[in-house]
Amino acid sequence: MEKCWQEKGNYHTCYSGAINTNRHKIKMEFSPIILSSLSLLSLLFAAIVVPLVISSQRLLIAISFSLTAVASLLAVAAGCWVVGSGLINKLILPLGLPNLPFHLRLDPLSGFFLTVIGLLGFFVSIYSIGYVKGFLGKRSVTPLVIFYSLFMASMFLVVLADDAFFFLISWEVMALASYFLVMFEDEKTENRRAAFLYLVVAHVGAIAILLSFGVMAGLATGFETFNGYTFDAMREAKFSSGWATVAFFLAFFGFAAKAGVVPLHVWLPEAHPVAPSNVSALMSGVMLKTAIYGIIRITFDLIHVFPWWWGAIVLFLGLISTVMGVLYALMQHDLKRLLAYHSVENIGIILIGIGLAMIFTSFNLPILAALALIAGLYHTLNHAMFKGLLFMGAGAVLHATKERNMEEMGGLIHKMPWTAALFLIGCISISALPPFNGFVSEWLTFQAFLLTPALPNALLNLLIPLGAALLALAAALAAACFVKAYGVTFLGHWRGHHNPPSAPPFMKGGKGGVEVDWFMRIGMILPAIACLGLGVFPTFFIQWMDIIPEQLLGSKIAASAGAFGWMWLTPVSHERASYSGFIVFLGILSVVAVVYLLLHTRRTAVRRAPIWDCGFGKLTNRMQYTATSFSMPIRRIFGFLFNIKEQVRITPPVPPFNKGGGGGLHYHLRVRDRFWNLFYQPVADASFWVSRQFGRLQQGRIHIYLVYSFITIIVLLVFLR
Amino acid sequence: MTTSLAAQINSVLAALILLTAFGLLVQRRIYGLLHLFAWQGLFLSISTALVGYAAGSHHLYISSILTLALKVILLPYILHALIVRLQIRKEIEAVVNVPTTMLIGIALVIFSYHLTAPIMELSTLVTRSTLAVALATVMLGLLMMITRRHAVTQIIGFLALENGLFFAATSATYGMPLVVELGVALDILIAAFVFGIFFFQIRTTFESLDVNQMAKLKEED
Amino acid sequence: MKTYPLITEILQIVAVLILAPIFIGWIRMVKCWLQGRTSAGLFQPLRDIIKLFYKEVVLAENASWIFRFTPYLVFGVSVLAAAIIPILSTDLSLALTADAIVLVALFAIARFFTALAGMDIGTAFGGMGSSREMMIASLSEPAMLMAIFTVSLVAQSTSLAQIALVIGHGPFILRPSLAFALLAFVLIAIAENGRIPVDNPATHLELTMIHEAMILEYSGRHLALIEWASMMKLFLFASLGIVAFFPWGIGEGSLKDIPIAFVLLIAKLFIAGIVLVLIETGLAKMRIFRVPEFLGSAFLFATLGMLSYFILE
Repeated sequence: MEKCWQEKGNYHTCYSGAINTNRHKIKMEFSPIILSSLSLLSLLFAAIVVPLVISSQRLLIAISFSLTAVASLLAVAAGCWVVGSGLINKLILPLGLPNLPFHLRLDPLSGFFLTVIGLLGFFVSIYSIGYVKGFLGKRSVTPLVIFYSLFMASMFLVVLADDAFFFLISWEVMALASYFLVMFEDEKTENRRAAFLYLVVAHVGAIAILLSFGVMAGLATGFETFNGYTFDAMREAKFSSGWATVAFFLAFFGFAAKAGVVPLHVWLPEAHPVAPSNVSALMSGVMLKTAIYGIIRITFDLIHVFPWWWGAIVLFLGLISTVMGVLYALMQHDLKRLLAYHSVENIGIILIGIGLAMIFTSFNLPILAALALIAGLYHTLNHAMFKGLLFMGAGAVLHATKERNMEEMGGLIHKMPWTAALFLIGCISISALPPFNGFVSEWLTFQAFLLTPALPNALLNLLIPLGAALLALAAALAAACFVKAYGVTFLGHWRGHHNPPSAPPFMKGGKGGVEVDWFMRIGMILPAIACLGLGVFPTFFIQWMDIIPEQLLGSKIAASAGAFGWMWLTPVSHERASYSGFIVFLGILSVVAVVYLLLHTRRTAVRRAPIWDCGFGKLTNRMQYTATSFSMPIRRIFGFLFNIKEQVRITPPVPPFNKGGGGGLHYHLRVRDRFWNLFYQPVADASFWVSRQFGRLQQGRIHIYLVYSFITIIVLLVFLR
Repeated sequence: MTTSLAAQINSVLAALILLTAFGLLVQRRIYGLLHLFAWQGLFLSISTALVGYAAGSHHLYISSILTLALKVILLPYILHALIVRLQIRKEIEAVVNVPTTMLIGIALVIFSYHLTAPIMELSTLVTRSTLAVALATVMLGLLMMITRRHAVTQIIGFLALENGLFFAATSATYGMPLVVELGVALDILIAAFVFGIFFFQIRTTFESLDVNQMAKLKEED
Repeated sequence: MKTYPLITEILQIVAVLILAPIFIGWIRMVKCWLQGRTSAGLFQPLRDIIKLFYKEVVLAENASWIFRFTPYLVFGVSVLAAAIIPILSTDLSLALTADAIVLVALFAIARFFTALAGMDIGTAFGGMGSSREMMIASLSEPAMLMAIFTVSLVAQSTSLAQIALVIGHGPFILRPSLAFALLAFVLIAIAENGRIPVDNPATHLELTMIHEAMILEYSGRHLALIEWASMMKLFLFASLGIVAFFPWGIGEGSLKDIPIAFVLLIAKLFIAGIVLVLIETGLAKMRIFRVPEFLGSAFLFATLGMLSYFILE
């Protein structure tokens, strides 16, 4: 890898030696940042022009989502290009306020996130062509189309922005666009409440980020000039450790609120389930990642010198999010809410990687820091793929059954074979099972954990392994959770009180008649392939993205990671640890094939018979294990972490018994987030109290208001004399 | 036997003492507790003899034999007799559940390592690394006295705590002067007798050895 | 590619395939002797498997492809694991495929599919088995990771071949950390393989069964594959323990080592079987909500191992 950037604080566009002249000429007309601007323009076109021109709703869906798909692909191309070449591109837009132009910058870190967002955006846009048709005839899809394109554009802008001003504008547009998307089905109270909660948390977070930028800008250039708002100025500034801490924790708070880090996660399981599924896929898959981007950008790029205990706090919060996220997910029986809680878990895993990278960096162990950062970034990419896939699958199920409650599902594998198979791939990936992608990044995180004995701090040496154990617990619980989710939704018999699902009009026939159409299938097939590809060939992708730690931390792992050939992933050295997803995949596949062929050399009979069940014989669908019963053992063991209310109501039988007079047994379970009562209820109560106090000012009589004005004027005159 | 081998064996014994301390923390049956306590005494006695051999300080042999006699044979025997006399058979109730107690215990071990790390830097003895274990044993004994409800388990916790102190003395300074050790041993013995008398008193007053009953002594508001 | 590692590889897979049922036979034999019963002989499990392969497959009406695919996958995973663990020699052509953590994850994918198969038919038994299996797995995983962590502190590696080399060749040092890790590993192996006191492998009609509940609906060759795979799993856990804690005698670079390694392996398994039987005979099956305490103590041992490495060594 050629060295193609300069020392910190002296960034400029630069190229690698061998292809220097050649590339330089191309750059004049065409560079990654031009490519990404093209993508942005087409998104804006899709958001503003297309809905004005096209009146047919059906055509609008097809054209605008094709446009967003193309725009996403352009962004992926720009991102891949910039990460692959290590270029740093800059652009100053003559927009914005006078003397405060917008700065854009595309470096490998932005490029990586651009790729992640674009890739999932591409898949989801294809999926949306099929999915959004489901709303036809029920409501106008125009707002969905407009805000969807705006949402995509703002996410791209967030990772491209190179000054605090533009960053915050993009951040706000992103929050508002997603707010309107969550509100899309606004006739339901549930949706309005969730969207409002989301808006509140997003804005509290945004204020913190604004303050953080304020602190950094003020320290960078002082408050006399206003040039400190560019990221370049912040990079060059030397912060005193006290102010740096203030800036970091303000920003971390703001980004954590967006990412859904425990205890700031409460909006997430409310907002994600009620949004349209394609939007939940984007929100969970990539919008949360913009917060991760923000954390990495501020920590490693803007502040870049920090004490180890920042990293320890990030690591600790990551671990808490991981474990609490998966435990709360286990308690859910709403499919999309379960997935939303898993986003909390996965954000936690990413933060573990970042936290470890921070600790390693502050102890000056750059290679290990690079490993941990790569683990976190790789999990960012992986989570985007499988969580997008899972939300799309959940959307397919939702539209086939009109049901989010898993307890009302079952046996869908027979009705929706495609969705079932693709959802299974998502489940395996998120449960961190080889050979799929989720495992690779968790394995890298474990490797980073296993290298912590190198830290010269005895207390950390003893405490960090316990964190590794927590991560192992979370990984295993995630597997349990997805056995539950998949088993209850797709396997067994139909559990619902209602009849089995009938085919909604938008779904084409197929066996059983409820499978989704080909747009949605392709939208899910592509991320499924990505999940497998990222799991089987991790070395390629890790070598590709290795430029990011090289620029941020000054060290990379590719020299060791791919040292043993592309098949083996060997972080640090092959004597330390190695993994080959390719051989695992091929090995299992070939043994399965050989055994299958050996056993089928002669015609062997398979007889279909009624269920045996130890000869019980009176089995009904209502006797199956449900989501609630499946998670009962874990609910009992970890019960102290939840706010559980369990009720059994018995109604005695009344004669005549044979005509519906038999007694009933009703089980009621309510599991609530403890954090709600711990943190949010007091804040909500306090703000109500404050509002009531202010409410006293309002008397409704005009002369009292005049008195207020009069007093204000007097006070002002006294002080401003 | 070389010094390094002695140090190795000593750390194995330290590990075993730590293990028995955790065992005391989680064991439910009262006879199991007694056995664990006796084992802990045995490991302590062997360790003391070993340190005496390695350091060449022969008065430690006497301490070792004293430990063996007192903590492996006499005290368990007395407690056993007490249990039989008092007819305690039930499993012992813990105030905090077992996994939580374990986690607190692990945290205590880490904490005591953190506390003793500066001392270990200064020391040059081969046994210095066991100081953290000794401190952890003291803390675990105290934790046991906090988490258990039964009076008999509290005295076992107290005795385990004393084991930890003794172990700390041998590992940090190759033992206290013999006179002090003899005095401590006598104290322990007397304490055990006093506890025995108290058990009978508590039981005749409250008809139970659950120390929670003593909450009745609190004056009503 | 050198031919020697490939030959060892094939030898080892064949050895595991055949020795695994015999190892189970040995355990059952010792158990019979201890309980004063007449044993069915060393080769009975092997005969059972062969018999099952010739039986007809009876599938439930609503069994999906997951139910039919699971036995093949579980078996495939076991064979792959048998190719990775350095049982006969550390110089295997696939040894680099997986380290200890990947190996744990390989067993996890087999478990994932078995649990799904348990839920596929829609019986109460299957769901119960899946639910409990996943609960036990999630509690044993942290303990397992902690044990791996402790071993990797000593060996400076999670690669199994490297662990065997470092511990087998290093100077003999009494290590409390490894002793604790071994203790934790035994408890985890008992839980993962569904042995007494966590699960009873000998029951077929009990409300307490876990593994058997999940595979209740299997028959014929499917059942044969699953049974064979679970025998291999126990065998592989035993050899994993041997690799990490008693690696002396595992072959290294030439074919000449293999016979000695083989004989030593048999001897070690002979002892491992007896130890397992002693544990199983001495303990009674515990109720399901005692299992967290059982696995909690496994976690405690593993953590003590890690702590004592830093404190005492």
